[in-house]
Amino acid sequence: MKYYDKLIFELSHPGRTGYSLPSCSLSAAETPGNVQSSAETDNTAARLFSGEQSFVRESVPNHLLRESILELPEVSEVDVVRHYTNLSQMNFGVDTGFYPLGSCTMKYNPKINEEIASHPLFAGLHPLQPDETVKGAREVIEGLDAALAAITGMKHFTFLPCAGAHGELTGLMLMREYHLARNDNARTKVIVPDSAHGTNPASAAVCGLQIVEVKSGADGLVDVEALKPLLGPDVAGIMMTNPNTLGLFERQIGEIAELVHECGGLLYYDGANMNPLLGKVRPGDMGFDIMHLNLHKTFSTPHGGGGPGSGPVGVGERVLPYLNIPRTSGFHGNFGVMLRAYAYILMLGKQHIKMAGPLATLSANYIKESLKDCFKLPIASVCKHEFVFDGLINDGARDGKAGATTLDVAKRLLDYGFHAPTIYFPLLFHQALMIEPTETESLETLDEFIAVMKKIAAEAAEDPDILHGAPHNAPIGRPDETSAARNPILKA
Amino acid sequence: MLKSQTDMSGFAYFPHTEDDIRVMLERIGVRSLDELYSDVPEPFIYKGEYDLPDALSEQQVRDFFESLGKKNTQLKVFVGQGAYDHYTPAVIPYITSRSEFLTAYTPDQCEISQGTRRYIFEWQRMVCRLTGMDVANASMYDGPSAAAEALRMAVACTRKRNKVIVSTKLQQNVLDVVSSYLKYPDIEVVFAWDVLSALGPDVAGVIVPSICRHGVIQDLTGIADAVHAAGALLIEYCDPSALAVLKTPAEWGADIAVGDAQTLGIPLCYGGPYVGFLACRNEYMRKLPGRIVGQAGDASGKRCFVLTLQAREQHIRREKATSNICSNESLMALWATVYLSLMGPEGLRKVNELSCAGAHYLYDELLKTGRFEEAFPGKPFLKEFCLKPLVDVEKLQQKLLDAGFFAALELDGYVTFCVTEKRTKEEIDALVAVVKEVEL
Repeated sequence: MKYYDKLIFELSHPGRTGYSLPSCSLSAAETPGNVQSSAETDNTAARLFSGEQSFVRESVPNHLLRESILELPEVSEVDVVRHYTNLSQMNFGVDTGFYPLGSCTMKYNPKINEEIASHPLFAGLHPLQPDETVKGAREVIEGLDAALAAITGMKHFTFLPCAGAHGELTGLMLMREYHLARNDNARTKVIVPDSAHGTNPASAAVCGLQIVEVKSGADGLVDVEALKPLLGPDVAGIMMTNPNTLGLFERQIGEIAELVHECGGLLYYDGANMNPLLGKVRPGDMGFDIMHLNLHKTFSTPHGGGGPGSGPVGVGERVLPYLNIPRTSGFHGNFGVMLRAYAYILMLGKQHIKMAGPLATLSANYIKESLKDCFKLPIASVCKHEFVFDGLINDGARDGKAGATTLDVAKRLLDYGFHAPTIYFPLLFHQALMIEPTETESLETLDEFIAVMKKIAAEAAEDPDILHGAPHNAPIGRPDETSAARNPILKA
Repeated sequence: MLKSQTDMSGFAYFPHTEDDIRVMLERIGVRSLDELYSDVPEPFIYKGEYDLPDALSEQQVRDFFESLGKKNTQLKVFVGQGAYDHYTPAVIPYITSRSEFLTAYTPDQCEISQGTRRYIFEWQRMVCRLTGMDVANASMYDGPSAAAEALRMAVACTRKRNKVIVSTKLQQNVLDVVSSYLKYPDIEVVFAWDVLSALGPDVAGVIVPSICRHGVIQDLTGIADAVHAAGALLIEYCDPSALAVLKTPAEWGADIAVGDAQTLGIPLCYGGPYVGFLACRNEYMRKLPGRIVGQAGDASGKRCFVLTLQAREQHIRREKATSNICSNESLMALWATVYLSLMGPEGLRKVNELSCAGAHYLYDELLKTGRFEEAFPGKPFLKEFCLKPLVDVEKLQQKLLDAGFFAALELDGYVTFCVTEKRTKEEIDALVAVVKEVEL
């Protein structure tokens, strides 16, 4: 990766043009009549609308017009193409290399999905067109709904949420609707395990719910005995991800579901960790009432550098009557993302889906077993799609010299051409290093990664400073993020 | 659907051979893939066949979507209401489909995500220049959800005030999303046509559109002063494309600007993905939801871009959060950023000129048919307008659909039209000719 230090504004040259627009096909006689004379215009507006005849100025009273000059870049088309091509080359994507980012499911994004998502027979549809003119689009939504229901054991999905956290919010709104409809108004608490994704309590908070944390036991699983006293008539429900963020299957989920239902609460399934269950276990069968999926994780749609994603929310029988009440986005959700996910599911079909989860689980366990002699493995049981190390076994600390941290390991990986794992999450361990390989990586790729991780462990044991200074080969070194957060330059 | 002809011996997205699987199982010390699920209680292992179609080959998938696509009717779009048919320059999909942008995660790993961070920084600056605001975030899911987040932000900015006023001049989907978002955290929402009539000492924020749902450009004279005098924040919902020519939220005295950037060349795509924006004055910066990219330096002094005030997926402020948004619509923000780079100030102004000229031409021609009356005589509009129909609306709509036009959507007893720069004079004339065939 090479360093490139321009912003598009810095390429601007007054008078340069990057657009191609038609000239107005209306003759002067057909254009709107004068609302005001041009004598009324002040200097700024005159500069803004200088040159040719302005229909806008003739149609809109002067005091409703923009006063200030609009400073956007003035660049040619080739300037734009080179600039953004250069920017792209400072980025690492799944197509660049292995991306073992825990809880993010960075699987390969099939290219046929992209072709379908930009298909002109879908791209030109207006969201308010009558149903009889969008039969194909409706079939996509219905087909995807049916497929996701079959895969998860839920009844139906709403596709309005545009991301996982957006799905959580929508799902919790459904939880509230369920209780409100039963006049069960005292249920304002939601139970969240201490290993939960940070978005869970945040979503609950913005949905007006109080968060009650339930502790994990030494085995990394929800402590059922600690859960029992928390349950009561004020509990709206529990949010869980299974497997949890340690990659461990919550094997007491059957008992937990019974307990929560008995007390009148609902179970919410955070689908961020659905990938190992794909083709193997259905959340609906475990007793979950509401769940979200991340189509950009489990169903192979690209993350896009942070969206657009899609976080459809599925419900079981109990919550079904309320499914369409929360309106959390403007039209039908991110339809373009739904097209991609549906294409992926049709490629998987009933045959290949059965291998998706198991192969993801195989890859994770293979890395874990191969590296446990170099990295601390706090919980040794079989994992699902991901697992967590708690730092290096030998971090090289000696004679007052600081050892290599998880951050250092992550940064050193960049030098060897791999993306870093998720670090310092979950919060249960101080040096957490969370690795999720997915099912789309070959044995050779996993072996290369394992070899590099061992090499980094050896480097740390020998001289942790090699790691402290990493990355050495990236376009930039480590930034000074603290000073930026205190004194950010957000606008130059 | 066709019966599958896929070769079941392998699958293009799973690289594992039988031998690979055997080697890996041996290293782990288990005998089978099933044994990897020994921690899952037996009743939860799904043993049935999934109720899914047979696996398709790539060609079959392509043919399948082609056949679905053909079931859609391709129409000339003369409706807006939150989704506008503006032209998309060829450069944009070319750039946004570069895999380094497309297949990257959110830009958390600073040293190898400078590409994403730089374009987000550019996007933030462009949003600021369009709206006149001081600081913008990395983007929102869409305009309606951005409006809801802005109202929540107003509540967070003004202590001990828990009421917001929402103008019913906003588009319907904005009103719907705002209602849902504010219902559960128990923020009192007052919907009002005249927002000033509902002002009081308990009001945290007021949201108004710069162009109303009927297409009328709003005269917001005096609104900001009244809202500020009551101690509340003014939020303006605006079309960023139109801000090339219309008075900006900053010029109207607003504190927060929100809207949907779909108008910046993003295809209709049956409603999404689009991208919302949220910008504010400096004093409210710390309450901006989502993430913001800032400029900093690395250890050697090289310019680099960092996530400031960050709310990362795993680090988001858990139970103290006032918003749960962490990712955004990054790639769509890139889409809009490339669009604005290509257009520049002059191109964006011309888009407005062409749309405005076309819309007024259609307006005049429709009135001449005698089948409509003016709904808001003398009120200024840009590209979208309403008329009072004098004919049977259903018949009118059906005739237009039959002729290949999506137009005359019913709204509050009127019918609404929209013209963008993509619509030619020939298309407008053809639409008017169809209208003339509708019996009075």
